[in-house]
Amino acid sequence: MESIFSPQQIVNGLQLGAIYALIALGYTMVYGIVRLINFAHGDFFMVGAYAAFGSFFMFNVFLPRGNGLAFIVLILAMAAGGAIAVLTDHFAYKPLRYKPKLSSLVTAIGVSMLLEYAFSAIPMIGPSPRGFPEILPKKMYHFGSAEVSNYVIVDLAVAAVLMIGLTFLIQRTSLGKAMRAVSQDKDAARLMGINVDRIISLTFLIGGAFAGAAGLLAGLTYPRIQPYMGILPGLKAFIAAVLGGIGSIPGAVLGAFIMGIAETCATAYNSLLGEGIAFVILIVVLLLRPSGIFGEKTADKI
Amino acid sequence: MLSVKNLKVTYGSIAAISDVSFEVPEGKIVCLIGANGAGKTTTLRAVSGLVAPSAGTVTFKGADITGAPAHKLVGLGMSHVPEGRRIFPILTVKENLELAAWTIKDKTEVKRRLEEVYEMFPRIKDRIGQLGGTLSGGEQQMLAVGRAMVTGGDILLLDEPSMGLAPVLVDEIFDKIIAINKKGTTVLLVEQNASEALEISDFAYVLEVGYSTISGPAKEIAADARVREAYLGV
Ligand SMILES: Nc1ncnc2c1ncn2[C@@H]1O[C@H](COP(=O)(O)OP(=O)(O)OP(=O)(O)O)[C@@H](O)[C@H]1O
Ligand SMILES: [Mg+2]
Repeated sequence: MESIFSPQQIVNGLQLGAIYALIALGYTMVYGIVRLINFAHGDFFMVGAYAAFGSFFMFNVFLPRGNGLAFIVLILAMAAGGAIAVLTDHFAYKPLRYKPKLSSLVTAIGVSMLLEYAFSAIPMIGPSPRGFPEILPKKMYHFGSAEVSNYVIVDLAVAAVLMIGLTFLIQRTSLGKAMRAVSQDKDAARLMGINVDRIISLTFLIGGAFAGAAGLLAGLTYPRIQPYMGILPGLKAFIAAVLGGIGSIPGAVLGAFIMGIAETCATAYNSLLGEGIAFVILIVVLLLRPSGIFGEKTADKI
Repeated sequence: MLSVKNLKVTYGSIAAISDVSFEVPEGKIVCLIGANGAGKTTTLRAVSGLVAPSAGTVTFKGADITGAPAHKLVGLGMSHVPEGRRIFPILTVKENLELAAWTIKDKTEVKRRLEEVYEMFPRIKDRIGQLGGTLSGGEQQMLAVGRAMVTGGDILLLDEPSMGLAPVLVDEIFDKIIAINKKGTTVLLVEQNASEALEISDFAYVLEVGYSTISGPAKEIAADARVREAYLGV
Protein backbone atom coordinates (compact mmCIF):
# COMPACT_ATOMS: atom_id res chain seq x y z
CA MET A 1 0.00 0.00 0.00
CA GLU A 2 2.83 2.38 0.77
CA SER A 3 3.88 2.44 -2.85
CA ILE A 4 0.75 4.29 -4.00
CA PHE A 5 2.11 7.61 -2.82
CA SER A 6 5.77 6.70 -3.22
CA PRO A 7 8.22 9.31 -4.50
CA GLN A 8 8.29 7.37 -7.75
CA GLN A 9 4.54 7.87 -8.26
CA ILE A 10 4.81 11.53 -7.42
CA VAL A 11 7.58 11.97 -10.00
CA ASN A 12 5.52 10.13 -12.62
CA GLY A 13 2.50 12.18 -11.66
CA LEU A 14 4.36 15.47 -12.05
CA GLN A 15 5.59 14.35 -15.43
CA LEU A 16 2.08 13.49 -16.61
CA GLY A 17 0.78 16.67 -14.98
CA ALA A 18 3.24 18.79 -16.98
CA ILE A 19 1.82 17.36 -20.20
CA TYR A 20 -1.78 17.87 -19.05
CA ALA A 21 -0.90 21.41 -18.00
CA LEU A 22 0.31 22.36 -21.46
CA ILE A 23 -2.94 21.04 -22.96
CA ALA A 24 -5.17 22.51 -20.24
CA LEU A 25 -3.72 26.00 -20.79
CA GLY A 26 -5.08 26.05 -24.34
CA TYR A 27 -8.54 25.05 -23.15
CA THR A 28 -8.60 27.70 -20.49
CA MET A 29 -7.15 30.51 -22.62
CA VAL A 30 -9.57 29.90 -25.46
CA TYR A 31 -12.47 29.67 -23.02
CA GLY A 32 -11.32 32.90 -21.40
CA ILE A 33 -11.25 34.81 -24.64
CA VAL A 34 -14.19 33.46 -26.67
CA ARG A 35 -16.15 31.49 -24.02
CA LEU A 36 -15.89 28.34 -26.10
CA ILE A 37 -14.97 24.85 -24.92
CA ASN A 38 -12.82 23.87 -27.86
CA PHE A 39 -13.38 20.14 -28.05
CA ALA A 40 -10.93 19.87 -30.96
CA HIS A 41 -8.09 20.99 -28.69
CA GLY A 42 -7.00 17.41 -27.85
CA ASP A 43 -6.57 16.83 -31.57
CA PHE A 44 -4.17 19.76 -31.83
CA PHE A 45 -2.06 17.78 -29.35
CA MET A 46 -2.22 14.78 -31.71
CA VAL A 47 -1.21 16.98 -34.67
CA GLY A 48 1.79 18.16 -32.64
CA ALA A 49 2.82 14.57 -31.93
CA TYR A 50 2.70 13.64 -35.63
CA ALA A 51 4.51 16.83 -36.59
CA ALA A 52 7.25 15.89 -34.11
CA PHE A 53 7.33 12.35 -35.51
CA GLY A 54 7.63 13.57 -39.11
CA SER A 55 10.12 16.34 -38.46
CA PHE A 56 12.34 13.99 -36.47
CA PHE A 57 12.74 11.69 -39.48
CA MET A 58 13.27 14.61 -41.85
CA PHE A 59 15.97 16.28 -39.79
CA ASN A 60 17.58 13.12 -38.48
CA VAL A 61 18.92 12.64 -42.01
CA PHE A 62 21.54 15.31 -41.38
CA LEU A 63 21.45 15.84 -37.60
CA PRO A 64 22.25 13.29 -34.90
CA ARG A 65 19.86 12.61 -32.02
CA GLY A 66 20.38 15.07 -29.22
CA ASN A 67 19.44 18.45 -27.86
CA GLY A 68 19.80 20.39 -31.13
CA LEU A 69 17.55 18.03 -33.02
CA ALA A 70 15.07 17.87 -30.15
CA PHE A 71 14.87 21.65 -30.12
CA ILE A 72 14.09 21.82 -33.84
CA VAL A 73 11.46 19.10 -33.42
CA LEU A 74 9.92 21.01 -30.52
CA ILE A 75 9.68 24.23 -32.55
CA LEU A 76 8.07 22.40 -35.48
CA ALA A 77 5.60 20.55 -33.25
CA MET A 78 4.61 23.88 -31.71
CA ALA A 79 4.33 25.51 -35.13
CA ALA A 80 2.08 22.70 -36.36
CA GLY A 81 -0.13 22.79 -33.26
CA GLY A 82 -0.38 26.58 -33.48
CA ALA A 83 -1.14 26.51 -37.21
CA ILE A 84 -3.89 23.92 -36.95
CA ALA A 85 -5.46 25.87 -34.08
CA VAL A 86 -5.43 29.17 -35.98
CA LEU A 87 -6.84 27.52 -39.11
CA THR A 88 -9.58 25.79 -37.12
CA ASP A 89 -10.57 29.07 -35.54
CA HIS A 90 -10.50 30.94 -38.83
CA PHE A 91 -12.54 28.49 -40.87
CA ALA A 92 -14.74 26.81 -38.27
CA TYR A 93 -15.29 29.10 -35.27
CA LYS A 94 -14.92 32.66 -36.53
CA PRO A 95 -17.98 32.52 -38.83
CA LEU A 96 -20.03 31.42 -35.80
CA ARG A 97 -18.56 33.88 -33.30
CA TYR A 98 -21.75 35.87 -32.77
CA LYS A 99 -24.16 32.96 -33.23
CA PRO A 100 -25.58 30.88 -30.36
CA LYS A 101 -22.82 29.07 -28.44
CA LEU A 102 -24.26 25.64 -29.20
CA SER A 103 -23.35 26.09 -32.90
CA SER A 104 -19.65 26.48 -32.08
CA LEU A 105 -19.75 23.63 -29.60
CA VAL A 106 -21.20 21.20 -32.14
CA THR A 107 -18.74 22.51 -34.73
CA ALA A 108 -15.86 21.87 -32.32
CA ILE A 109 -16.91 18.23 -31.98
CA GLY A 110 -17.16 18.03 -35.77
CA VAL A 111 -13.67 19.48 -36.23
CA SER A 112 -12.33 17.00 -33.71
CA MET A 113 -13.76 14.03 -35.62
CA LEU A 114 -12.66 15.50 -38.93
CA LEU A 115 -9.05 15.73 -37.76
CA GLU A 116 -9.08 12.20 -36.33
CA TYR A 117 -10.56 10.62 -39.46
CA ALA A 118 -8.45 12.73 -41.80
CA PHE A 119 -5.25 11.69 -40.05
CA SER A 120 -6.36 8.04 -40.13
CA ALA A 121 -6.99 8.36 -43.86
CA ILE A 122 -3.64 9.91 -44.77
CA PRO A 123 -1.59 6.99 -46.18
CA MET A 124 1.67 8.03 -44.49
CA ILE A 125 -0.04 8.21 -41.10
CA GLY A 126 -2.84 5.65 -41.12
CA PRO A 127 -5.08 4.48 -38.30
CA SER A 128 -2.65 2.11 -36.59
CA PRO A 129 -0.33 3.18 -33.77
CA ARG A 130 3.28 3.98 -34.49
CA GLY A 131 6.26 3.77 -32.21
CA PHE A 132 7.69 7.18 -31.38
CA PRO A 133 11.45 7.56 -31.90
CA GLU A 134 13.89 8.26 -29.08
CA ILE A 135 14.68 11.78 -30.16
CA LEU A 136 16.94 12.20 -27.14
CA PRO A 137 19.11 9.36 -25.89
CA LYS A 138 17.47 8.18 -22.68
CA LYS A 139 19.43 8.27 -19.42
CA MET A 140 18.35 7.11 -15.96
CA TYR A 141 19.24 8.73 -12.65
CA HIS A 142 18.57 7.35 -9.16
CA PHE A 143 17.33 9.53 -6.33
CA GLY A 144 16.77 7.36 -3.25
CA SER A 145 14.02 4.95 -4.17
CA ALA A 146 12.89 6.94 -7.24
CA GLU A 147 14.17 6.41 -10.76
CA VAL A 148 14.19 9.59 -12.77
CA SER A 149 14.93 9.64 -16.48
CA ASN A 150 16.18 12.68 -18.34
CA TYR A 151 12.74 12.72 -20.03
CA VAL A 152 11.16 13.69 -16.72
CA ILE A 153 13.53 16.62 -16.56
CA VAL A 154 12.86 17.55 -20.19
CA ASP A 155 9.07 17.35 -19.76
CA LEU A 156 9.09 19.46 -16.62
CA ALA A 157 11.62 21.94 -17.98
CA VAL A 158 9.80 22.51 -21.28
CA ALA A 159 6.48 22.94 -19.47
CA ALA A 160 8.04 25.31 -16.92
CA VAL A 161 9.74 27.49 -19.53
CA LEU A 162 6.57 27.76 -21.61
CA MET A 163 4.40 28.50 -18.59
CA ILE A 164 6.76 31.17 -17.27
CA GLY A 165 6.93 32.72 -20.74
CA LEU A 166 3.14 32.76 -20.96
CA THR A 167 2.76 34.34 -17.53
CA PHE A 168 5.25 37.03 -18.48
CA LEU A 169 3.44 37.69 -21.75
CA ILE A 170 0.05 38.00 -20.11
CA GLN A 171 1.01 39.95 -17.01
CA ARG A 172 3.86 42.12 -18.19
CA THR A 173 3.48 43.01 -21.88
CA SER A 174 1.04 45.29 -23.62
CA LEU A 175 -0.01 42.40 -25.85
CA GLY A 176 -0.94 40.49 -22.70
CA LYS A 177 -2.86 43.48 -21.41
CA ALA A 178 -4.79 43.52 -24.68
CA MET A 179 -5.51 39.80 -24.32
CA ARG A 180 -6.91 40.36 -20.85
CA ALA A 181 -8.97 43.31 -22.09
CA VAL A 182 -10.43 41.28 -24.96
CA SER A 183 -11.40 38.50 -22.58
CA GLN A 184 -13.23 41.03 -20.39
CA ASP A 185 -15.05 43.19 -22.93
CA LYS A 186 -14.64 42.85 -26.68
CA ASP A 187 -16.51 45.99 -27.73
CA ALA A 188 -14.62 48.13 -25.25
CA ALA A 189 -11.36 46.61 -26.55
CA ARG A 190 -12.35 47.54 -30.12
CA LEU A 191 -12.94 51.11 -29.00
CA MET A 192 -9.37 51.20 -27.69
CA GLY A 193 -8.21 50.43 -31.23
CA ILE A 194 -7.43 46.78 -30.55
CA ASN A 195 -7.95 44.39 -33.46
CA VAL A 196 -9.95 41.81 -31.51
CA ASP A 197 -9.84 39.16 -34.23
CA ARG A 198 -6.08 39.32 -34.22
CA ILE A 199 -5.91 38.88 -30.45
CA ILE A 200 -8.24 35.88 -30.67
CA SER A 201 -6.04 34.33 -33.38
CA LEU A 202 -3.00 34.90 -31.21
CA THR A 203 -4.71 33.11 -28.34
CA PHE A 204 -5.48 30.12 -30.52
CA LEU A 205 -1.89 30.21 -31.80
CA ILE A 206 -0.41 30.06 -28.30
CA GLY A 207 -2.90 27.45 -27.07
CA GLY A 208 -2.31 25.29 -30.14
CA ALA A 209 1.47 25.65 -29.89
CA PHE A 210 1.38 24.55 -26.25
CA ALA A 211 -0.73 21.52 -27.22
CA GLY A 212 1.79 20.79 -30.00
CA ALA A 213 4.64 20.88 -27.48
CA ALA A 214 2.65 18.53 -25.25
CA GLY A 215 2.25 16.20 -28.24
CA LEU A 216 6.00 15.93 -28.61
CA LEU A 217 6.53 15.41 -24.87
CA ALA A 218 3.82 12.74 -24.74
CA GLY A 219 5.36 10.97 -27.74
CA LEU A 220 8.74 10.95 -26.03
CA THR A 221 7.38 9.83 -22.68
CA TYR A 222 4.77 7.28 -23.76
CA PRO A 223 6.27 6.31 -27.12
CA ARG A 224 3.25 5.31 -29.15
CA ILE A 225 1.16 7.68 -31.22
CA GLN A 226 -2.05 7.25 -33.19
CA PRO A 227 -4.74 9.55 -34.62
CA TYR A 228 -7.08 9.10 -31.66
CA MET A 229 -4.41 9.76 -29.03
CA GLY A 230 -5.80 13.24 -28.34
CA ILE A 231 -9.22 12.18 -27.11
CA LEU A 232 -8.44 10.99 -23.58
CA PRO A 233 -5.63 13.41 -22.68
CA GLY A 234 -7.78 16.19 -24.16
CA LEU A 235 -10.69 15.21 -21.97
CA LYS A 236 -8.52 14.90 -18.88
CA ALA A 237 -6.84 18.24 -19.50
CA PHE A 238 -10.28 19.77 -19.94
CA ILE A 239 -11.30 18.30 -16.59
CA ALA A 240 -8.08 19.68 -15.10
CA ALA A 241 -9.01 23.13 -16.43
CA VAL A 242 -12.49 22.81 -14.91
CA LEU A 243 -10.95 21.66 -11.63
CA GLY A 244 -8.69 24.72 -11.55
CA GLY A 245 -11.51 27.03 -12.64
CA ILE A 246 -11.93 27.35 -16.37
CA GLY A 247 -10.61 30.64 -17.68
CA SER A 248 -7.94 30.76 -14.96
CA ILE A 249 -4.35 30.19 -16.05
CA PRO A 250 -2.86 29.27 -12.65
CA GLY A 251 -5.97 27.15 -12.13
CA ALA A 252 -5.28 25.12 -15.26
CA VAL A 253 -1.72 24.43 -14.16
CA LEU A 254 -2.66 23.47 -10.62
CA GLY A 255 -5.58 21.35 -11.83
CA ALA A 256 -3.33 19.55 -14.29
CA PHE A 257 -0.73 18.63 -11.66
CA ILE A 258 -3.43 17.42 -9.28
CA MET A 259 -4.87 15.37 -12.12
CA GLY A 260 -1.48 13.90 -13.10
CA ILE A 261 -0.60 12.88 -9.55
CA ALA A 262 -4.10 11.52 -8.84
CA GLU A 263 -3.97 9.47 -12.00
CA THR A 264 -0.55 7.88 -11.43
CA CYS A 265 -1.27 7.17 -7.77
CA ALA A 266 -4.67 5.67 -8.58
CA THR A 267 -3.12 3.56 -11.33
CA ALA A 268 -0.57 2.20 -8.89
CA TYR A 269 -3.48 1.05 -6.74
CA ASN A 270 -5.61 -0.32 -9.55
CA SER A 271 -5.22 0.37 -13.26
CA LEU A 272 -8.97 0.61 -13.86
CA LEU A 273 -9.25 3.21 -11.14
CA GLY A 274 -6.44 5.12 -12.84
CA GLU A 275 -8.45 5.25 -16.04
CA GLY A 276 -11.54 6.48 -14.23
CA ILE A 277 -10.14 8.86 -11.61
CA ALA A 278 -10.43 11.88 -13.92
CA PHE A 279 -14.16 11.38 -14.20
CA VAL A 280 -14.49 10.89 -10.46
CA ILE A 281 -12.73 14.23 -10.04
CA LEU A 282 -15.02 15.85 -12.59
CA ILE A 283 -18.14 14.67 -10.80
CA VAL A 284 -16.83 15.73 -7.40
CA VAL A 285 -15.88 19.19 -8.70
CA LEU A 286 -19.21 19.70 -10.43
CA LEU A 287 -21.04 18.70 -7.25
CA LEU A 288 -18.96 20.57 -4.68
CA ARG A 289 -17.45 23.54 -6.44
CA PRO A 290 -18.57 23.91 -10.06
CA SER A 291 -16.56 27.11 -10.52
CA GLY A 292 -13.32 25.25 -9.73
CA ILE A 293 -10.46 26.21 -7.44
CA PHE A 294 -9.74 29.67 -8.86
CA GLY A 295 -12.95 30.06 -10.81
CA GLU A 296 -15.07 33.15 -11.03
CA LYS A 297 -18.67 32.58 -10.11
CA THR A 298 -20.48 32.01 -13.39
CA ALA A 299 -23.67 30.19 -14.11
CA ASP A 300 -23.16 29.03 -17.68
CA LYS A 301 -19.95 27.09 -18.18
CA ILE A 302 -20.74 25.27 -21.40
CA MET B 1 -16.34 66.69 -39.46
CA LEU B 2 -19.00 63.95 -39.36
CA SER B 3 -21.93 63.50 -41.67
CA VAL B 4 -24.51 60.73 -41.34
CA LYS B 5 -27.05 60.17 -44.12
CA ASN B 6 -30.09 57.89 -44.11
CA LEU B 7 -28.47 55.47 -41.69
CA LYS B 8 -30.28 52.18 -41.09
CA VAL B 9 -29.25 49.37 -38.73
CA THR B 10 -31.07 46.06 -38.41
CA TYR B 11 -30.64 43.32 -35.83
CA GLY B 12 -31.92 40.14 -37.46
CA SER B 13 -35.11 41.28 -39.13
CA ILE B 14 -35.85 44.15 -36.73
CA ALA B 15 -34.76 47.68 -37.60
CA ALA B 16 -33.16 49.37 -34.60
CA ILE B 17 -32.86 52.60 -36.57
CA SER B 18 -34.58 53.18 -39.90
CA ASP B 19 -33.52 56.55 -41.26
CA VAL B 20 -31.20 58.75 -39.28
CA SER B 21 -29.36 61.75 -40.73
CA PHE B 22 -27.36 64.47 -39.01
CA GLU B 23 -24.28 66.64 -39.32
CA VAL B 24 -21.60 67.38 -36.76
CA PRO B 25 -19.58 70.46 -37.71
CA GLU B 26 -15.95 70.71 -36.63
CA GLY B 27 -15.38 72.15 -33.17
CA LYS B 28 -19.05 72.04 -32.15
CA ILE B 29 -21.05 70.06 -29.61
CA VAL B 30 -24.03 68.27 -31.17
CA CYS B 31 -26.53 66.30 -29.14
CA LEU B 32 -28.98 63.56 -30.02
CA ILE B 33 -31.96 63.35 -27.73
CA GLY B 34 -34.79 60.84 -27.73
CA ALA B 35 -36.83 58.47 -25.63
CA ASN B 36 -35.67 55.03 -24.45
CA GLY B 37 -35.30 52.72 -27.42
CA ALA B 38 -35.31 55.56 -29.97
CA GLY B 39 -32.02 54.33 -31.38
CA LYS B 40 -29.46 56.73 -29.93
CA THR B 41 -27.00 54.06 -28.80
CA THR B 42 -27.41 52.14 -32.04
CA THR B 43 -26.64 55.30 -34.00
CA LEU B 44 -23.39 55.88 -32.11
CA ARG B 45 -22.40 52.22 -32.48
CA ALA B 46 -22.92 52.43 -36.22
CA VAL B 47 -20.86 55.62 -36.43
CA SER B 48 -17.92 54.19 -34.46
CA GLY B 49 -17.96 50.88 -36.34
CA LEU B 50 -19.18 48.55 -33.60
CA VAL B 51 -22.11 47.53 -35.82
CA ALA B 52 -22.28 47.62 -39.59
CA PRO B 53 -25.20 49.63 -40.97
CA SER B 54 -27.45 47.96 -43.53
CA ALA B 55 -28.04 51.20 -45.43
CA GLY B 56 -26.90 54.79 -45.45
CA THR B 57 -23.49 56.43 -45.31
CA VAL B 58 -21.17 57.77 -42.66
CA THR B 59 -18.60 60.35 -43.77
CA PHE B 60 -15.81 61.32 -41.39
CA LYS B 61 -13.28 64.08 -42.22
CA GLY B 62 -14.30 63.80 -45.87
CA ALA B 63 -13.81 60.02 -46.15
CA ASP B 64 -16.57 57.44 -46.49
CA ILE B 65 -16.16 55.20 -43.43
CA THR B 66 -19.45 53.30 -43.67
CA GLY B 67 -18.95 49.78 -42.30
CA ALA B 68 -15.28 50.27 -41.35
CA PRO B 69 -14.34 48.27 -38.24
CA ALA B 70 -14.14 50.14 -34.94
CA HIS B 71 -10.46 49.47 -34.27
CA LYS B 72 -9.48 51.10 -37.58
CA LEU B 73 -11.63 54.17 -36.91
CA VAL B 74 -9.85 54.75 -33.61
CA GLY B 75 -6.66 55.27 -35.58
CA LEU B 76 -8.47 57.80 -37.79
CA GLY B 77 -9.45 59.93 -34.81
CA MET B 78 -12.76 58.56 -33.56
CA SER B 79 -13.22 58.00 -29.85
CA HIS B 80 -16.38 56.62 -28.32
CA VAL B 81 -17.37 56.41 -24.67
CA PRO B 82 -20.01 53.69 -24.86
CA GLU B 83 -23.24 53.36 -22.93
CA GLY B 84 -22.63 51.81 -19.51
CA ARG B 85 -18.97 53.01 -19.36
CA ARG B 86 -17.51 49.60 -20.20
CA ILE B 87 -14.46 49.87 -17.97
CA PHE B 88 -12.33 46.70 -18.00
CA PRO B 89 -13.26 45.39 -14.55
CA ILE B 90 -10.18 43.30 -13.80
CA LEU B 91 -7.60 45.68 -15.15
CA THR B 92 -6.29 48.46 -12.95
CA VAL B 93 -7.22 52.07 -13.60
CA LYS B 94 -3.73 52.63 -14.96
CA GLU B 95 -3.99 49.62 -17.27
CA ASN B 96 -7.36 50.85 -18.52
CA LEU B 97 -5.77 54.17 -19.42
CA GLU B 98 -2.69 52.57 -20.98
CA LEU B 99 -4.84 50.42 -23.23
CA ALA B 100 -6.57 53.52 -24.50
CA ALA B 101 -3.16 54.48 -25.89
CA TRP B 102 -2.95 51.23 -27.91
CA THR B 103 -2.73 53.04 -31.25
CA ILE B 104 -0.20 55.63 -30.06
CA LYS B 105 3.39 54.57 -30.53
CA ASP B 106 5.09 57.64 -29.09
CA LYS B 107 5.75 56.87 -25.39
CA THR B 108 6.28 60.48 -24.30
CA GLU B 109 3.01 61.50 -25.95
CA VAL B 110 1.23 58.73 -24.02
CA LYS B 111 2.73 60.02 -20.79
CA ARG B 112 1.66 63.57 -21.58
CA ARG B 113 -1.92 62.44 -22.18
CA LEU B 114 -2.03 60.42 -18.97
CA GLU B 115 -0.88 63.54 -17.11
CA GLU B 116 -3.64 65.51 -18.81
CA VAL B 117 -6.22 62.99 -17.57
CA TYR B 118 -4.78 63.05 -14.03
CA GLU B 119 -4.96 66.82 -14.06
CA MET B 120 -8.58 66.88 -15.20
CA PHE B 121 -9.65 64.02 -12.89
CA PRO B 122 -7.55 64.06 -9.70
CA ARG B 123 -9.82 61.36 -8.25
CA ILE B 124 -8.68 59.02 -10.97
CA LYS B 125 -5.05 59.77 -10.23
CA ASP B 126 -5.53 58.74 -6.60
CA ARG B 127 -6.83 55.36 -7.71
CA ILE B 128 -4.46 54.24 -10.45
CA GLY B 129 -3.71 50.91 -8.76
CA GLN B 130 -7.34 50.03 -8.08
CA LEU B 131 -9.23 47.54 -10.25
CA GLY B 132 -11.62 49.19 -12.69
CA GLY B 133 -14.56 47.12 -11.49
CA THR B 134 -14.19 48.41 -7.93
CA LEU B 135 -14.55 52.10 -8.84
CA SER B 136 -17.80 53.87 -8.00
CA GLY B 137 -20.17 54.66 -10.85
CA GLY B 138 -19.05 58.26 -11.01
CA GLU B 139 -15.38 57.34 -10.95
CA GLN B 140 -15.98 54.80 -13.72
CA GLN B 141 -17.58 57.52 -15.82
CA MET B 142 -14.57 59.77 -15.26
CA LEU B 143 -12.25 56.92 -16.20
CA ALA B 144 -14.30 56.25 -19.33
CA VAL B 145 -13.97 59.89 -20.37
CA GLY B 146 -10.29 59.78 -19.36
CA ARG B 147 -9.72 56.80 -21.61
CA ALA B 148 -11.27 58.67 -24.52
CA MET B 149 -8.97 61.63 -23.77
CA VAL B 150 -5.97 59.31 -23.97
CA THR B 151 -7.21 57.85 -27.25
CA GLY B 152 -7.45 61.49 -28.21
CA GLY B 153 -9.73 61.50 -31.22
CA ASP B 154 -10.77 64.52 -33.28
CA ILE B 155 -14.35 63.60 -32.41
CA LEU B 156 -15.64 62.28 -29.11
CA LEU B 157 -18.88 60.28 -29.05
CA LEU B 158 -20.44 60.19 -25.59
CA ASP B 159 -23.36 57.90 -24.79
CA GLU B 160 -25.21 59.11 -21.70
CA PRO B 161 -22.23 60.33 -19.69
CA SER B 162 -24.56 61.48 -16.89
CA MET B 163 -26.34 58.16 -16.43
CA GLY B 164 -26.63 57.15 -12.80
CA LEU B 165 -24.73 60.14 -11.46
CA ALA B 166 -25.70 62.46 -8.62
CA PRO B 167 -26.53 66.03 -9.75
CA VAL B 168 -23.19 67.49 -8.58
CA LEU B 169 -21.32 64.85 -10.57
CA VAL B 170 -23.53 65.46 -13.61
CA ASP B 171 -22.48 69.11 -13.54
CA GLU B 172 -18.86 68.11 -13.10
CA ILE B 173 -18.95 65.74 -16.08
CA PHE B 174 -20.68 68.34 -18.26
CA ASP B 175 -18.05 70.91 -17.28
CA LYS B 176 -15.35 68.47 -18.35
CA ILE B 177 -17.08 67.89 -21.66
CA ILE B 178 -17.10 71.64 -22.28
CA ALA B 179 -13.42 71.80 -21.32
CA ILE B 180 -12.52 68.97 -23.73
CA ASN B 181 -14.49 70.70 -26.49
CA LYS B 182 -12.69 73.99 -25.80
CA LYS B 183 -9.38 72.23 -26.34
CA GLY B 184 -10.50 71.49 -29.91
CA THR B 185 -12.35 68.18 -29.81
CA THR B 186 -15.67 67.96 -31.62
CA VAL B 187 -18.35 66.28 -29.48
CA LEU B 188 -21.37 64.16 -30.37
CA LEU B 189 -23.42 63.72 -27.23
CA VAL B 190 -26.31 61.36 -26.54
CA GLU B 191 -28.38 62.17 -23.46
CA GLN B 192 -31.56 61.31 -21.61
CA ASN B 193 -30.85 64.36 -19.54
CA ALA B 194 -32.12 66.57 -22.38
CA SER B 195 -32.22 69.98 -20.71
CA GLU B 196 -28.58 69.84 -19.54
CA ALA B 197 -27.46 68.46 -22.89
CA LEU B 198 -29.25 71.20 -24.84
CA GLU B 199 -27.67 73.81 -22.58
CA ILE B 200 -24.11 72.88 -23.55
CA SER B 201 -24.77 71.95 -27.20
CA ASP B 202 -24.57 74.02 -30.36
CA PHE B 203 -26.94 71.86 -32.38
CA ALA B 204 -29.48 69.19 -31.52
CA TYR B 205 -31.34 66.41 -33.26
CA VAL B 206 -34.35 64.53 -31.97
CA LEU B 207 -34.59 60.80 -32.61
CA GLU B 208 -38.00 59.15 -32.59
CA VAL B 209 -38.37 55.37 -32.97
CA GLY B 210 -35.50 55.07 -35.40
CA TYR B 211 -35.99 58.31 -37.35
CA SER B 212 -34.29 61.67 -36.96
CA THR B 213 -37.08 64.22 -36.89
CA ILE B 214 -36.70 67.71 -35.43
CA SER B 215 -33.32 69.42 -35.65
CA GLY B 216 -31.75 72.83 -35.32
CA PRO B 217 -29.62 75.05 -33.10
CA ALA B 218 -29.82 73.78 -29.52
CA LYS B 219 -31.38 77.02 -28.23
CA GLU B 220 -34.24 76.73 -30.74
CA ILE B 221 -34.77 73.05 -29.98
CA ALA B 222 -34.91 73.82 -26.29
CA ALA B 223 -37.65 76.35 -27.03
CA ASP B 224 -39.61 74.07 -29.36
CA ALA B 225 -43.04 73.31 -27.92
CA ARG B 226 -43.03 69.65 -29.04
CA VAL B 227 -39.58 69.04 -27.55
CA ARG B 228 -40.50 70.86 -24.34
CA GLU B 229 -43.50 68.67 -23.90
CA ALA B 230 -41.94 65.34 -24.87
CA TYR B 231 -38.38 65.57 -23.48
CA LEU B 232 -38.12 68.47 -21.09
CA GLY B 233 -41.21 67.68 -19.07
CA VAL B 234 -42.65 71.20 -19.24
N1 LIG C 1 -28.25 43.86 -30.04
C1 LIG C 1 -29.55 44.12 -30.28
N2 LIG C 1 -30.36 43.14 -30.74
C2 LIG C 1 -31.68 43.40 -31.01
N3 LIG C 1 -32.25 44.58 -30.84
C3 LIG C 1 -31.51 45.60 -30.38
C4 LIG C 1 -30.12 45.41 -30.07
N4 LIG C 1 -29.63 46.59 -29.63
C5 LIG C 1 -30.66 47.45 -29.65
N5 LIG C 1 -31.79 46.87 -30.11
C6 LIG C 1 -33.11 47.51 -30.26
O1 LIG C 1 -32.95 48.66 -31.04
C7 LIG C 1 -33.76 49.72 -30.55
C8 LIG C 1 -32.91 50.94 -30.26
O2 LIG C 1 -32.06 50.67 -29.16
P1 LIG C 1 -30.97 51.68 -28.62
O3 LIG C 1 -30.18 50.99 -27.58
O4 LIG C 1 -30.24 52.25 -29.77
O5 LIG C 1 -31.89 52.79 -27.97
P2 LIG C 1 -31.50 54.07 -27.13
O6 LIG C 1 -32.11 55.23 -27.82
O7 LIG C 1 -30.06 54.13 -26.90
O8 LIG C 1 -32.27 53.80 -25.78
P3 LIG C 1 -31.86 54.16 -24.25
O9 LIG C 1 -32.16 55.58 -24.06
O10 LIG C 1 -32.76 53.31 -23.43
O11 LIG C 1 -30.42 53.83 -24.08
C9 LIG C 1 -34.47 49.18 -29.32
O12 LIG C 1 -35.77 48.81 -29.70
C10 LIG C 1 -33.65 47.99 -28.93
O13 LIG C 1 -34.44 46.99 -28.33
MG1 LIG D 1 -28.87 53.98 -25.23
